[in-house]
This record gives sequence, structure tokens and C-alpha cells, in this order.
Amino acid sequence: MQIIKDQKIIDNTWNYIADDAELKAGDISVSLARWQQDKPQLLARDGKLGIRLGATDSVAELADDLAHIQLIELDFPDFADGRLFSQAWLLRGRYHYQGEIRATGHYMPDQVFYLSRVGVNAFSAEKVEDLPVTLSHLHDFTVNYQNSIN
Amino acid sequence: MITGHNYSPEWHFNRSSLYQYNDIDQTLVDERVAQFRRQTEQFLKGEISEDQFRALRLRNGLYVQTHAPMLRIAGPYGLLNSKQLRKLAHIARHYDKNYCHFTTRQNIQFNWPKLEQVPDILEELATVQMHAIQTSGNCMRNTTSDHLAGVCVDEIEDPRPYCEIIRQWTTLHPEFDYLPRKFKIAVSGALHDRAATQFHDIGLHLVKNDADVVGFKVLVGGGLGRTPVIGQVIKPYLEKKHLLSYLEAVLRIYNLFGRRDNKYKARIKILVKETGMDQFSALVEREWQLIRDNNELSDERISAIQAQFVDPAYELDATADLSFAQQQQDHKAFATWVKHNTADHKTPGYRAAFVSLKAPDSPPGDITDTQLDAVADLADRYSFGEIRATHRQNLILADVKQADLYALWQQLDALKLATPNIGTVTDMICCPGLDFCSLANAGSIGIAKEINEALDDMDYIHDIGDLKINMSGCMNGCAHQSVGHIGILGVDKKGVEWYQLTLGGSSENNAAIGERLGPSVAKDQVTLTIVTILNVYVKLRLEDESFLDMVNRVGITPFKEQVYANH
Repeated sequence: MQIIKDQKIIDNTWNYIADDAELKAGDISVSLARWQQDKPQLLARDGKLGIRLGATDSVAELADDLAHIQLIELDFPDFADGRLFSQAWLLRGRYHYQGEIRATGHYMPDQVFYLSRVGVNAFSAEKVEDLPVTLSHLHDFTVNYQNSIN
Repeated sequence: MITGHNYSPEWHFNRSSLYQYNDIDQTLVDERVAQFRRQTEQFLKGEISEDQFRALRLRNGLYVQTHAPMLRIAGPYGLLNSKQLRKLAHIARHYDKNYCHFTTRQNIQFNWPKLEQVPDILEELATVQMHAIQTSGNCMRNTTSDHLAGVCVDEIEDPRPYCEIIRQWTTLHPEFDYLPRKFKIAVSGALHDRAATQFHDIGLHLVKNDADVVGFKVLVGGGLGRTPVIGQVIKPYLEKKHLLSYLEAVLRIYNLFGRRDNKYKARIKILVKETGMDQFSALVEREWQLIRDNNELSDERISAIQAQFVDPAYELDATADLSFAQQQQDHKAFATWVKHNTADHKTPGYRAAFVSLKAPDSPPGDITDTQLDAVADLADRYSFGEIRATHRQNLILADVKQADLYALWQQLDALKLATPNIGTVTDMICCPGLDFCSLANAGSIGIAKEINEALDDMDYIHDIGDLKINMSGCMNGCAHQSVGHIGILGVDKKGVEWYQLTLGGSSENNAAIGERLGPSVAKDQVTLTIVTILNVYVKLRLEDESFLDMVNRVGITPFKEQVYANH
């Protein structure tokens, strides 16, 4: 499976671990709830750690843990749910998170310009064949009016 | 230096105080047109779903209505120039049915464009520094302001530069384009609130502090629609340099915590109500403290924008003219028009002249292509090429020399744009209603016409005086019926159109939400009901007492008794 990261189409190296699944070796992502429940085990293992945030999750709950986290996935339940835009901004602007922030789920390819401006630097796609088009939408605008993350 | 596609030295020297796009502004609008053209093509090829395209087209002003799409174009805080008006005329002629409609938010609507032609229309608009960005959808909308900004006699400071700063900040804001619901900001710089700021998600008033320094009083949580609420003061005084950081703090709290489970409870007014003003304001304050120093508005930036709103070249001897007084004496109709359709101007010898879009036989707010072209010519000749849209759906030529008013009046009269009814009972605010809108439950244009026919005696209308009737075809309240002195709301009862009346609303300084008169009335009874209400007023008013003052004094009972006497 491929994704967009830092303006390039690359292979995804991360494994999605469902809440009821066994932890695996390698780079894995788990839900915020799983992280809060299994923190010691997750910290003890080798491999990078990613956390999946939903629209209703509070970014503040992760603030003290960010040093252990290399990926944060913002999982869109619906493209209209704009909370995740503010969550991305908070991660970068307030908590100075430096790792990968990836948009997943039901966002629109037409939203990636805004998402990249609030600090999202990676995008998974529902259909891999959409990736080149999604990539091109990162450049829909060459100017902007506001300060944001990018 | 002035840049932008349409720069010409001639235009520069004749121009009024209207913001001119620089290269960044123009590029942004051009790129938006290209983006929407691509999105429309993808939709027509089936590559974007109906749902997704809906969100995208709404953010470009495009609704799907009863008969055809409706395109809403932004009138930035109501300011337009003659070139832009001619472009609207051109669009009305070539893409629509020879007219357009001015709305209560100083925007312009076309009711009959073809979906596949909308990108072309937007491209045409971009050539005259106009767009339809964020005129609908759950995002920050066109910022509105006082239609007499910069010329009125009661101004603390001109709000237009701040409107432009906010326009830019809200446009394509990456974090706040997918809000729980729409978000509207209004700015007033005068003592008299002509921008209904108490009924906006955020209302800003330019005020002076004890040290005489101008800043903003910030109101939050006002709104009309289904649940009308008067905004509350969240910040009594905000330094100018903090304007954008404070807006950002309010928007971030709203974006994160506003309800998304029920669209009727998603406006910020519900968040404020459910959270409680104290706690909401504490949340905003905490957020703002964390960001306030990072996003300051510099004095240089404010000055640079203010420089775009300098006064036009007023003639210093405009008061020397004697013809104005003479013509009023000689022509009663002219004197009547001056009394009702012009407003005081800060510069001696000048007045602001209303262009009434409330002729008896024309739907409120509508204007034809021919009239648009003609008004553009009149603006060039008499008012520095500038035209303003008011939130009561009229236009204004804001800078007319008194010596020119007679000639202007004659020409407006010939165009049917001089009905001397500004601020009177026939200066109704009216939404497009069931005739055009897919949301509406009931017609409104037809009722407006009927009321106009019943009230055809101008002397009677002038005797009634200041009376604002606002009429909406449904609960969404586009015509602000809940703040009309008389509000009329169309409701659907088992497929039949009925009308709910309210009395005593106001969107000005004495903000109030109208009180329900009683059970709704049938369509054929609306005009009779209005006439009955006016009769009660004429009978019971004290000398010089306005309708609103009287309602506030006596309450609704005397009206109720008469209206429902035979029921």
C-alpha cells in the first residue's frame, strides 16, 4: 500500500493494530485508548509507535507522550469534520510535535491543501490510484492570507 | 503602488475608497476559479461524489435550488465599484434572466445560472476583483458592515479597513473551513449600529477606551435563524493588534467544541448557551493567552490597509451651491425623496443617496441588467464610481454633492429606482421564498407585492414613518423576520402556506427579538393583518412616537385584540 509523505508517493511501512489484536513487531499504530491502556507494553517493544486519533479525541491527552510517538494518524470519520484540522494545528503549533502526521479515513483529496497548511505531512488514500491526483492538489494555491503551520 | 489586472492610471485617479487587489489577492482568486473549474469537471464526469461536490460548490457560492442552481457572489462588506456593477449586468444578461438579487448580507444572487457555466461566471468575476468564495457552506462567510461606513456623521472610526483585514484572514483559512455550521462576522464603527452586529456569530464594535484609544468591543453568540439570540459581550475592549489572534481563539474553541451531531444546534450561539458564557469565555481567554503574542496585527499593516480607504477628492466648496434648497422648494417629489432616501454625510455639501430596490411592482432587492448598467453610470458621474449594498437590500451612492442630487433623482426616478420609501413600511426585507428557494415553506415575494398594492398611498406610508417589515419564507430566517418591527414568517401547515407574525423586533442598538402576535394567519389574510396592525398604531400612537416605540410602550395586546377580533 502506498501513501503520500512529504510530497512524495512512497510505500507505507506501518501496520495498523486493531484494539483487540495482538501487538506486532515493526512499526505499528494503535488507537489512543489502546495507548492509554497498554502504555508499558507499547513502550517496551522495539519498533516505532503510531497513535490514531479520532475527531472526538483530545490532543491534550497526548501532549506529555509525544516524545515516544513517531506517527499520529488523524482518522476522518467524515470529510466535514473539521475538528481534525484544529488537532493537527495543536500538535504542531502548541505541542511542537515533529513526527509524521497522517490524514486517514474519509477526508477529501480536495482538502489536502488545507491539511498540509495545518501541519499534516502524510496522506493515505482510499484508492491508491487517487494518489497522483491527491498529490497535485497540494499545489492548488501558491498564495495564502494567514499564518498557520505551513 | 497599485497592482492587479485592471489597473489603469485613469481608474486610480477617479477611484473612490475601495480596496484594490494586489498580485496576491488576484492570484488567489484566479487559482480558486481554476480549482472550481476542475472540481466541476470532475463532478460532471462522476469522479467526485454528490456529497463531496455539494461541500465544494457551496464554498463557491453555488446552491441547488427549486428551479436551477443559485449563485451567491460576495459583496465585500457591501462595497462595489461601477466596473463590478457592469460585470454583474453582463452576467445577468449572458448567463441569467436579466436580473440579480441583493441579499441581507450585502451579497448578490443569480437565480438561473447553469451549473456547467458557473466556472465561466466566476472567471468573469475574477477579472473585476470579485468572487463567490465562502458565500455559503459551514465556513466563515462574507464579513458585513455599516453601509454608511466612512461617510456617516456618527463614526468612531472607519470599519472598512478592519473588514478587509478580516476578509483576507477568513478567506481560505486552512483550519476553519469545515466548521460545525456557518459563521458570520459583522463590524460597526459608528454609534448607531447599522450592521446588526448583535445578531452575528461575532459582532465587532469599534470603541474608545478611557485613554481615548480605539479598539474593539467583541460580541459573540448572536444569530437569527430558528433560534434567534442576541449576542453577548465577551471582550469589552480588545486592542486592535489582537484582532486576528482573538478571532482565531474564538474560532478554534468553536471548531473543537461546537456541536456536530445536530445541524440545528451547531451554531456558536448554542455552544455559548450550553457551555455558559462564563465558561465559554474562559475557554477562549485561555486559548487566546497562548497565541496572542504570535499573531499581532502591526500598525504598519493597519496603516497600509487604511491607505486603501482614503476619502475621495471631495470638493471643498460643495456647500456653496444654492440650487439644492431651491429645487426642494420647487419640486415636492424631490424634497420627499431627499427626506427619505438620502442620509447625512460627514462632509458638508454632500449626502449619501439610496437607490431604492423596493419599487412596488418589483421583488425586494431585485435589479435588472439595464438598471445595473445605469446605476454604474450614475455612480461614475456622481459618486466617485462607488456603489454600496445595504443589509436592507437597497443600494447607496455614498458621496453625492448636493448640487447633483436633483439630476441624480431625476435619472433614478426614470429608472424606477427612486421610490421614496427607505426605512418605511414598503422598504421590506424579503427572501426569495417558495418561488425560488428549496428550503422555503411559503411564498414571500407575492405577499410583499400584495402589501405594496394595499399601501399605495405614499403620504400614508410617510405618516406611518420608520417601520421595518422583514419577511422570510421559512424558519431559516434569511430575511431576519425575528428582528423586524413587524416580522412575517412563512410556515407550512399540511401543505398549505400560513404566516406567523411577530412585533417589536429590532436589529439596531436596542436589539430585540419580536414577540409572537398569536396564531398564524392564512395567506389571504396577511395583508389585511398588516393593515389592521398599522391602523392600531395610527390610532394609539403618541405624537411623534415610532411604531417600535409604541409596541414597546403598549405591548402586543392592543394589536392582538384587533387582529384576532373576528376569530
